Amino acid sequence: MFGLHFRLLCVAGVLSGITGATLVQAAGPDAYDPWPLLAQDIFENRPMNDGAGVIAIEMPYRAEDAAIVPVTLRTLLPLDDSRRVLRITLVIDQNPAPMAAKFELGPEARVSEISTRVRVNNYTDVHAVAELSDGKLYMTKTYVKASGGCSAPAAKNADEAKNRLGQMRYRQFAKPGQGPVSGFREAQIMIGHPNNSGLQMDQVTQLYIPAFFVNELRLWQDDSLVLAVEGGISISEDPNIRFTYVSNGAKRFRAEAKDTEGHLFQHEWKIDDSGI
Amino acid sequence: MVHRALLAALAILGASTISLAQQPELSVTEIAPGLFVHHGVTELMTRQNDGAIANVGFIIGDNAVAVVDTGGSVREGRQLLAAIRARTAKPIRYVINTHGHPDHVFGNAAFSNDGITFVGHRNLPRALATHGPFYIDAFRRTMGDELIDEVRLVPPTLLVDGSLKLDLGSRSLALRAWPAAHSDNDLTVLDEKTGTLFAGDLVFLDHTPVLDGNLHGWLSAIGELSAVPALRVVPGHGPVSGWPAGLADERRYLETLASDIRALIGRGEQIRAAADTAAATERSHWQLFDDFNARNATAAFSEIEWE
Ligand SMILES: [Zn+2]
Repeated sequence: MFGLHFRLLCVAGVLSGITGATLVQAAGPDAYDPWPLLAQDIFENRPMNDGAGVIAIEMPYRAEDAAIVPVTLRTLLPLDDSRRVLRITLVIDQNPAPMAAKFELGPEARVSEISTRVRVNNYTDVHAVAELSDGKLYMTKTYVKASGGCSAPAAKNADEAKNRLGQMRYRQFAKPGQGPVSGFREAQIMIGHPNNSGLQMDQVTQLYIPAFFVNELRLWQDDSLVLAVEGGISISEDPNIRFTYVSNGAKRFRAEAKDTEGHLFQHEWKIDDSGI
Repeated sequence: MVHRALLAALAILGASTISLAQQPELSVTEIAPGLFVHHGVTELMTRQNDGAIANVGFIIGDNAVAVVDTGGSVREGRQLLAAIRARTAKPIRYVINTHGHPDHVFGNAAFSNDGITFVGHRNLPRALATHGPFYIDAFRRTMGDELIDEVRLVPPTLLVDGSLKLDLGSRSLALRAWPAAHSDNDLTVLDEKTGTLFAGDLVFLDHTPVLDGNLHGWLSAIGELSAVPALRVVPGHGPVSGWPAGLADERRYLETLASDIRALIGRGEQIRAAADTAAATERSHWQLFDDFNARNATAAFSEIEWE
């Protein structure tokens, strides 16, 4: 019972933006399936439809590095489908704060692929839930084995993580076979941030290190929203998001990130006409 | 007060002598006068091998003994203690941890009762606090409750920032704390009397190097390490080797990893491609390649992206 209660608190904490400062490691990996409760809590018991043909999730079967596990979300709706993906929620069931991220897809940007990196603490199901413009939820899932060895979902180089705080990088990629005419683009945004999970105890003070993470990221081309991300402590250090979108001919790309200590990081870049 | 303390010390000594009587000894080799090494097996830590996969050792001076790393379980630590006690009655004054990885510190508890000073990099307490609980959880799966239940994370109380000399009596150890490289808390120990360098996991031979700190920093450290005036190295994993020749394989691996990753990033590849392809040419040179290379590539990718 304690486990259940605890997990609900975690979810609630992250959803409402409260820090996970006092959370401790969740117990037993295979004790029970947390998904029914998570679905109830995060999605308010709304019915889940099969995500086949709507949403796909890709992760390596084994988390090589517990602190940096790549994940790719792909929307599969055909171009002529009248429905649109409004948002995608990523849930790592066995993590201390299971709701890893919620991606809000800009109304005109036609984002079809999102890749990021997450922490994986344990053997776990990972769920992706897409909410479509028809108001329905579509779910798919995958399974990830935790890494072995001396890999931990914590900073490798804690001093460096602090030094990079607030730095932002933007990069645009060429897509082979898709010239600038199509307007199809692939880009990446990187934010220097420790994204500290706050789950460890400070050895000297015996207090839990407060969680310190990017909880909001918004990306625009000119003034049109491409992607908005609500993040939690399951997102890896130096949050990194790579995504596809369709250009509206904008000349500027803009990013704004906020963290749990109220820092606001903003940056904008000129978009190269070549799309590269 | 002195009298009472002495009695307490004798009581502890008596108790540990009794418990040591049944304890098997860890096999050790005297690779230089008064300097003993146990060679870890090149495997992952398991129930079967007691976690004894890292090289651990001890150095006997005129007045005291220093232990360098305690192994991957308290059982291994106790066996190391028994091996020391079979060779000298001099007091163990220092336990030096070369860094915070489980195969080097899980044996600490075997030494934590006898007024011994634990020595480590200034970042080691932080690393133990942030990573240690995960290690204990993760290794419970492969090593089992019996070995893991008795593990205690014992942080150092004597911290090294830069360099520090320890004297064992006519035998001086030069400790050096490194910027982030293999981990962010790497410490080396040079026994000046015999020119033997305990490099911890800054040096791997045979066992695929493991990146858990900073690749750029590790390559820089290798450059500086090669100038350390030693005759031989006790690597964290792999055979005792001549110095600095023992650095060559690791340097080649890490340089290959870095240049492969740089090329992947230049071509706009995703991080997953790195795990599959980077440093593939190194496969035949190393053991446990599939256990660590993809992980190294992932970590290196996320570092080099910021260059
Ligand atoms: Zn190590």
